[in-house]
Amino acid sequence: MSQTLSASTLLAIPLAPLAGSILAGVWGTSFGGNRIGRRLSHSFTILGVLIAFVLSAITLKSVALDGARFNETLYTWMVVGGLKMEIGFLVDGLTAMMMCVVTFVSLMVHIYTIGYMEEDDGYNRFFSYISLFTFSMLMLVMSNNMLQLFFGWEAVGLVSYLLIGFWFNKPTAIFANMKAFLVNRVGDFGFILGIGLIAAYAGSFDYAEVFAKKQELGALVFPGTDWMLITVICICLFIGAMGKSAQFPLHVWLPDSMEGPTPISALIHAATMVTAGIFMVSRMSPLFELSDAALNFILVIGSITALFMGFLGIIQNDIKRVVAYSTLSQLGYMTVALGASAYSVAVFHLMTHAFFKALLFLGAGSVIMGMHHNQDIRWMGGVRKYMPITWITSLLGSLALIGTPLFSGFYSKENIIEAVHFSQLPAAGFAHFAVMAGVFVTAFYSFRMYFLVFHGKERYDQNPDAHEAQEEPDPHHHHDDHSKPHESPWVVTVPLVLLAIPSVVIGFMYIQPMLFGDFFKDVIFVDGSKHAAMAQLAQMFHGPVAMAVHALQTAPFWLALAGVALSYYMYIVNPALPAAIKRVFQPIYTLLENKYYMDWINENIIAAGTRLLGVVLWKGGDQGLIDGAIVNGSWKLVARISAAVRRVQSGFLYHYALFMILGVFALMTYFVWLNK
Amino acid sequence: MTLTLGHFLSLGAILFALSIIGIFLNRKNLIVLLMAIELMLLAVNMNFVAFSHFLGDIHGQVFVFFILTVAAAESAIGLAILVLLFRNRSSINVDELNTLKG
Repeated sequence: MSQTLSASTLLAIPLAPLAGSILAGVWGTSFGGNRIGRRLSHSFTILGVLIAFVLSAITLKSVALDGARFNETLYTWMVVGGLKMEIGFLVDGLTAMMMCVVTFVSLMVHIYTIGYMEEDDGYNRFFSYISLFTFSMLMLVMSNNMLQLFFGWEAVGLVSYLLIGFWFNKPTAIFANMKAFLVNRVGDFGFILGIGLIAAYAGSFDYAEVFAKKQELGALVFPGTDWMLITVICICLFIGAMGKSAQFPLHVWLPDSMEGPTPISALIHAATMVTAGIFMVSRMSPLFELSDAALNFILVIGSITALFMGFLGIIQNDIKRVVAYSTLSQLGYMTVALGASAYSVAVFHLMTHAFFKALLFLGAGSVIMGMHHNQDIRWMGGVRKYMPITWITSLLGSLALIGTPLFSGFYSKENIIEAVHFSQLPAAGFAHFAVMAGVFVTAFYSFRMYFLVFHGKERYDQNPDAHEAQEEPDPHHHHDDHSKPHESPWVVTVPLVLLAIPSVVIGFMYIQPMLFGDFFKDVIFVDGSKHAAMAQLAQMFHGPVAMAVHALQTAPFWLALAGVALSYYMYIVNPALPAAIKRVFQPIYTLLENKYYMDWINENIIAAGTRLLGVVLWKGGDQGLIDGAIVNGSWKLVARISAAVRRVQSGFLYHYALFMILGVFALMTYFVWLNK
Repeated sequence: MTLTLGHFLSLGAILFALSIIGIFLNRKNLIVLLMAIELMLLAVNMNFVAFSHFLGDIHGQVFVFFILTVAAAESAIGLAILVLLFRNRSSINVDELNTLKG
């Protein structure tokens, strides 16, 4: 608490990308009459993100070195009853780390986009969207209350929707963005229920105020049941995280989101947005610590995702989809770490994963550009000769992903496995098996892709449907030279190199302060008496080098090595083998090919059932009851009564007089009888 | 036989009933309708005068003068409307006057 951060600096961090986004989005598109050209557009947005990154880095420095903290409300939006809705910033270790990761990856993706989207008509629109995303994500991570968190949560969902459907002329992209939007709504519904429950029982949206009341919350029981209130809250919040972080069974949108341009796959669907769920659960760790049931639930969901989504990565042929399933699997790892109460490990893996997965996606994008927009890895091979920088950086990314000792992914993943091993929760046994098996699967599919793309025979001229297979519409520019791949321009390779550096070293450098130091001391709360995994990890830890050496004697290392060796054998030494295996295990292959029939179930049971319910409610409820009985029924009733009453209105004076007399007579009779 | 209050009130009631019947039965002539209304007022006046006389209160007869004055003005207006109506529709047949119909 020694030094405070200035509110105006913090305010500038999210607003700089927003300003860039507005400039590029309003005056760079036909909204504002295309007054800003491509050069100005990308300059403005990159400048905005650069400002945000530099200020974030300064913030991180003062947070990490000087112990600066910031928790203030900047603006009160409204007060309803005692419930305050505010905009404020909370900056501590977790926030500062996330801010740096988001702005750094975003900056890299901005630069990369100059090269990747060069031939696209929506160039300025794209820059506007990704800057808007940066703003939304910063609002999400910097928030000091749940309402602003929810705002950021929905805003990144919106930008994700816009970017998946960026090529809006492509029917599959439109289907994919609608799917992402709808699946996320399911998660968000749980999330807002959780926030609502917290607001109802704690009377506040503010993190600090809610966490101050956690003991009272922990003692309550959900009305009408014997469930712990805190369990209901945590599971509701986690359902939100399942939607955003694509956990089983709400994972179905993430592979389809690969319909969008590759830079956003790297930025949104691998490095930052999908980790919002992990971030949120870590932020809420004081609440999650109170509920073992919720933690068990998280463990089970995470381990299912980690293992079974990895299997799907094995049979994918689209380079981006392989990386997408790998992202799903890694998100599963992070979720498992959350379930094992190793929040700091989850966040650590989030950070390392952000770098190496962004690197892998951008590398995949670079390969796609080099291959003239062919994304099918069956028709690649031998690319390393033509794209040396992409090759080296992708290799480093893959090594980090599979957890090679000394690489960043090793430190985070190894600790997740150990944390699960030490966890006392009932589901930890299954989770431990799943993450161990996942190591092998990860290594296998990562290096399957690596070998198929960069090594082996050159197969890119054998693609039977080279023109039809173009995933990304490219109407204006056709490469005539289909013979050889080519290395990408410097705007593409520089981000690759800049991302490769942290992918390799960041785990080694920061494992000590982030996991076992006090960087997250006042952010993440772990109930040591019940969940001792982190304490045991700390006992085991004797420095990063010792850990890497020790890893040579443990199972994960050999599993990863076996995965790499197997993929080398199957795709380089004996390329006929995969087809033979596929023939033998046809049923399993079919199951994987259809992604466990999750899409089939969603489309034919959930979506069709919902539509059926909708039709019933529409025909029966809306058209029948509301329109038919209430709306039309009321006017029909009035019409019928008035038709009867209108007969009395003859228009003849003597009829009116007669009724008057009769009325007077009736009244008089009444009063006479009454007075008796 | 002495005339009692009851006789005068009966006369008033009979006049009133006649005027009502006049309104109902008349289907042809609007002037007859106006006359029936006048008759109705006269029936009321008869009651006023009778009560005034038998209760020894002169106020009732004062009211009769007021009513007669107002009735005269009303008839003048009614006849004026009738003349206008005849000019417009060339008829004062009550059976044709049903434009009040909703």
